[in-house]
Amino acid sequence: MFSRAYKTIVTAPPLVWVTIFLIVPYALMFCYSFWSVSSGQSIVHSWNLQNYHELLRKPVYWETLLRSIWIAARVTVFSLALGYPLAYFLSFYAGRRKDLLYQLVIIPLWVSYLVRAYAWKTILGSDGVLNTLLQYVHLTSHPLEFLLYSPFAVVLTLTHIYTPFTILPIYAALEHIPRNLVEASTDLGATPTQTFWKVILPLSIPGVVAGATFAFVLSLGDFLAPLLLGGPSGIMISNVVVSLFGAAYNWPLGAAISLGMLVIVVSLLFLSEKLEKRWSFS
Amino acid sequence: MATFKDSLRTQTADSQGPANPSLLSIRNVAKSFGRNQVLRNVSLDVAEGEFLTILGESGSGKTTLLRIIAGFETANSGELWMGSERLDRQPPYRRRVNTVFQHYALFPHLTVEQNVAYGLRVAKRPEAETRQRVAEALAMVKMTAQASAKPSRISGGQQQRVALARALVNRPRLLLLDEPLSALDANLRRQMQVELKSLQREVGTAFVFVTHDQEEAMVMSDHIALLRSGELEQVATPREIYSRPATSYVAQFIGHTNLLKGEVHAGTVRCGAMSWRTELPDGPVLLSLRPEHIRPAQGSPTSAIVRVRGHFLHQAFHGATELIRVSTDGGMVLTMRVPSGSSLSDHLEIEFSAADAVPVRESPERS
Repeated sequence: MFSRAYKTIVTAPPLVWVTIFLIVPYALMFCYSFWSVSSGQSIVHSWNLQNYHELLRKPVYWETLLRSIWIAARVTVFSLALGYPLAYFLSFYAGRRKDLLYQLVIIPLWVSYLVRAYAWKTILGSDGVLNTLLQYVHLTSHPLEFLLYSPFAVVLTLTHIYTPFTILPIYAALEHIPRNLVEASTDLGATPTQTFWKVILPLSIPGVVAGATFAFVLSLGDFLAPLLLGGPSGIMISNVVVSLFGAAYNWPLGAAISLGMLVIVVSLLFLSEKLEKRWSFS
Repeated sequence: MATFKDSLRTQTADSQGPANPSLLSIRNVAKSFGRNQVLRNVSLDVAEGEFLTILGESGSGKTTLLRIIAGFETANSGELWMGSERLDRQPPYRRRVNTVFQHYALFPHLTVEQNVAYGLRVAKRPEAETRQRVAEALAMVKMTAQASAKPSRISGGQQQRVALARALVNRPRLLLLDEPLSALDANLRRQMQVELKSLQREVGTAFVFVTHDQEEAMVMSDHIALLRSGELEQVATPREIYSRPATSYVAQFIGHTNLLKGEVHAGTVRCGAMSWRTELPDGPVLLSLRPEHIRPAQGSPTSAIVRVRGHFLHQAFHGATELIRVSTDGGMVLTMRVPSGSSLSDHLEIEFSAADAVPVRESPERS
């Protein structure tokens, strides 16, 4: 249908882009992860598994990784717990206000991530909005310290930021459920609660899986929220990578951690695709 | 297989009261969506064990009426009675009414067997009973072999059967069917019409069947309720509705007809060049005359026979018969049905029995 020259012209730019900005960096990272740094702060191009050994040997790395997974898991659960009811309401009960409410979900996505993270800083800080309010109504006498610079702050902020990412796929899945299936269930004697558990929830699983994957993967790799709001106890694995590539000047170790995370994320995406396929019936 | 049908039959027999009791009584139901009045003052009775068809064009309100009975829509006014209980005050999941949906609405994540068991499972029937009843229902619709298939793996006709089994397994007092055959191709459709009708006779459950297809309605129904722009035009048996249409709309909607405008004066109706004796009261009259009641004139005329001369206009082949359009001397064009292959001259005389010209009420024009 299209000439060969046309196809080449159209496909070349994305191919070049992907090669320069994805394939080459991944390949470099892969190589770096097997190299090492000499005492003279130069990269030694000899192949060994030293970095991977260090990851397993030093608790600080895998403990941070476990904490990151734990934070991401909580963010996922909270995002789903907030996102599902909202998406459900939007799809089934919003009626004429549907479009407006949908826009309200979308709008926060246009606001810079950084602005939203800073907003939480002003809310949660010792002199922040929340502490001032709590003291004003005499619920506490001192500012609550655990609010800011803690895993709590990180989970809260990430949940706020990633909840729309769970709402959208769940909403799309719910919108795809033919309404006559809901009617058929009701017609066969199922109460609204039974209809939800037996028809609506099972048919919205692909959306839930997609939303959970977004929330988990995005928050697992996050480094801004822990940097701004995490404090020492809220450090996540990406912060470690950032410092290894920066101040610590240990690119090989940083590359090894990144590669480990890449493996985790890719397996998750693979798993989520399997799950979505298993639960889709179109 | 027989057990399932028998169990249904016993049940309906038990609840059967004296002669032809009304199972469902629809009283003065009206419904509008915004400014659009969909149903106006509809009253209709469904008898125990009957096959009632709600027939109408698209937009006539037939599906809305069905959805009001099922409980998916609420009427603006009017009442639904099932025996001594107010049906319209109950949520759909408490009504002993089940529906076969237009596109079947089978649950895609459940197997055929799980689909059929759905109603019994949500009602928390004992598992052994559920299994037995599901097996019987699947046998009844000949779907036992596909019990563990997902709905997407079976054909449209099979999905139709599963939808039927899924509804009937709950032993509803009334089964609603929303154009269930419209998605099937013509051959399968005719076959399913026969199957559905004989199934209904066997189980004895009352069926309310919605369709826009007048032929389908004629083949299957005990009674036809013809709905037009949200109002019932006529409720009658297929034979009655065909031979004694109440209005000009009914006469035209069901089969072909000739509508003759005439004037009655002192016991004689005049209609173009034709006239004959009648017992109708004086005044303008509208008559419906079926094409098969007109024939080429033969033998000597009697007082009960009306004859008119005319010339041949047009001919349409319909298989066993042909429809011939004849322009009569009075300027009126009549359509007559003759056996295929009849030889007719260009100028001919045609005749009909005066009794076959049935007076009908003129239907007002509606959008």
